[in-house]
Amino acid sequence: MSDKVLMKGTEAIAQAAIECGCKYYFGYPITPQTELSEYMAKKLPKVGGLCLQAESEVAAINMTLGAAAAGTRVITSSSSPGISLKSEGISYMAGCDLPCVIVNVQRGGPGLGGIQPSQQDYYQATRGVGHGDLRLLVLAPSSVQEMATMTVEAFDLADIYRIPAMILCDGALGQMMEPVDFNSIPRRETPEKDWAACGHKGERKKNIVNSLYIDPQVLEDVVDERYKRYDIIEENEARCEEYLTEDADIVLVSFGITARICKTAIKAAREAGIKVGLIRPITLWPFPKKNIAAVADNAKAFLSVEMSKGQMIDDVRLAVNGKAPVHFYGRTGGMIPTPEAVLEEIKKLHAEINA
Amino acid sequence: MTTSILFAGFGGQGILFSGKAMAKSAMYAGKQVSWLPSYGPEMRGGAANCSVIISDEEIGAPTITNPDVLVAMNLPSYDKFEPAVKAGGLMIVDSSLVAKKSEREDIKVCYIPATAVASENGIEGMANVIVLGQILKLTGMFEYDTFLSYILKGIPESKAALIEKNKKALKLGYEF
Amino acid sequence: MKTVFDRPHALSDVPLHYCPGCTHGIIHRLVAEVIDELGIEGQTVGIASVGCSVFSYNYFECDMVQAAHGRAPAVATGVKRTHPDNFVFTYQGDGDLAAIGTAETVHAATRGENITIIFVNNAIYGMTGGQMAPTTLLGQVTTTSPYGRDKAIQGNPIRVCEMLSTLDGVALASRVAVDTPKNIIAAKKQIKKAFEYQRDKKGFTIVEVLSTCPTNWGMSPEKSLEWLRENMMPQYPLGTYKDIDAKEEK
Repeated sequence: MSDKVLMKGTEAIAQAAIECGCKYYFGYPITPQTELSEYMAKKLPKVGGLCLQAESEVAAINMTLGAAAAGTRVITSSSSPGISLKSEGISYMAGCDLPCVIVNVQRGGPGLGGIQPSQQDYYQATRGVGHGDLRLLVLAPSSVQEMATMTVEAFDLADIYRIPAMILCDGALGQMMEPVDFNSIPRRETPEKDWAACGHKGERKKNIVNSLYIDPQVLEDVVDERYKRYDIIEENEARCEEYLTEDADIVLVSFGITARICKTAIKAAREAGIKVGLIRPITLWPFPKKNIAAVADNAKAFLSVEMSKGQMIDDVRLAVNGKAPVHFYGRTGGMIPTPEAVLEEIKKLHAEINA
Repeated sequence: MTTSILFAGFGGQGILFSGKAMAKSAMYAGKQVSWLPSYGPEMRGGAANCSVIISDEEIGAPTITNPDVLVAMNLPSYDKFEPAVKAGGLMIVDSSLVAKKSEREDIKVCYIPATAVASENGIEGMANVIVLGQILKLTGMFEYDTFLSYILKGIPESKAALIEKNKKALKLGYEF
Repeated sequence: MKTVFDRPHALSDVPLHYCPGCTHGIIHRLVAEVIDELGIEGQTVGIASVGCSVFSYNYFECDMVQAAHGRAPAVATGVKRTHPDNFVFTYQGDGDLAAIGTAETVHAATRGENITIIFVNNAIYGMTGGQMAPTTLLGQVTTTSPYGRDKAIQGNPIRVCEMLSTLDGVALASRVAVDTPKNIIAAKKQIKKAFEYQRDKKGFTIVEVLSTCPTNWGMSPEKSLEWLRENMMPQYPLGTYKDIDAKEEK
């Protein structure tokens, strides 16, 4: 018998947060991620922590900001419409260089949309979450184990680079159960938070946590400094999984739950003699463009598979940089692509290439 | 070896519980496993289903298009999923709630009046576990005693009365 | 020689950006004096809001966090809940607290969040240049109520202390003014009481300070004080609206 526990994705995130020393959660209920709040409400008081249900997502992200500003490990979660509400606070956290973990268990949009899984917030997470020049570290787990592992990773990276980190998953990953092992999750060393506003005790000069710089030159300097950090992140932290890409004529690019569907389709395609592989971005920002660029030297075609109308495909195209055509297959509205449908797309592409 | 099992029925029939029992047992047996539920408002009294995949290798898609095993606990589920069962697969139907008979000849079908059996034996609401007993018998996926111990493991001490009911239901299903 | 008047330690030694005659400076000083008297500068975290007091993070010597418009009570909640032994105060204007931040204010109050809010009410948006505030009086001319606030169009002004006093989590809700030396002394008393209640973990405390805006009201500082007394005080009577330790509440 193993040390593994069968857990929901949302619960695995919550437990992983607790395991790596996060004792504070601020949130607001929304399907399909409410189990995360419920889990925290049950567990955090038992470890001397606190789960507080805020009056809105807007308040929740600002409570998160306050806790982070005071130097505390803190997490908040929501689903797509709630992340839109949080985006104001996320921009402020980016502007204040505050580390925290934000979970988006995506559902179909726009508007109230639906409650079934989607990947339609890719642009929002990697481009436009809040106003201003800013980046979030965006991690995209594709199993319940990774929900746990990447939560710990997100906390550590956020602390190291002083940046908000987002776990971008979806309703299926949030709701499904798989075995999780919390014992072997790797940890990184994180720096002291000597910038935190938690009372100077007369021992140091006061700390100010702030995103306002009224002098344009000062603001530009602050943003430039932040972008130097972003450059280091792009250089060091881009990650992906490559699956059967070595001899692949066709390379699928897909993340999260969709990547797993692609794997099933790829197995079937390989059995039919089609050389096809997968690049699964694990970090969506930074995007693993080097890996894709390298594979593009030999691949004949790319296929971006997403639960959206095509968002990540922009990044795939930028990385492929014209070396091969980039095609798209996606479903929306909460519809999950089937392996059979992806296989059909692969076969079509295969026929085109060999025509 | 990969087995996909789709449990489908009404909310409240213990569909998700059945799936969890199966998934947990497979995990304890050292298998790869995934459990994917339908979720949202439809769970409260409407249709409920969950997809369980048990495998010796890494599980790709956790969704099931064509199940190896279908458990149909009501008519809408039967209508929706009966045509999808993989050729050579198995379908278990609660015949106290589904009057139809399948005309497919490429699958094995087992009709068990699980809801009626539960009522007759004073264990209302345990039709799902009766069906689990039948699955064990038909597939031999797990040893009976091992599976029983896994099911009982998930029952909190505060609900001790449930232990006897589960034991009884699994036995009734297995011996049906 | 004996020093009889000095800058409080908790007030930074920098020029304030406020307009001549504005009473923000007095209110800053009162807060800083209270922090000094209680000896809590090293344990205090202040939350600056958006509005004229946006730069208040530069004016207090304790640790400071700058919050988004209206969100100061939520930010304060995050600081306080993770550091319950710290003193946490917000410094907010009327637009910040009673318009865009109403939800955050009301819910921090009803939760009994153990924080202190210094609420500066001058019946106008100062920083953006004289627009209508939630506390703008009926008939008052602002750049966005150029014909005078009309309740049929812009609705009625909001009385914050009266509203919050109905909530169980509130330990102290007082309205004070800084228009005369006597009122300034009374104002400081309430601010100090608010911090003491926070120290004793009694719950949410708010001190609303009626303030002037000579620039956007278009009056001399002296005339502004008169206008405050004649127009604001009848709409916003001074007094303690809730004090959980008082024998008789008003």
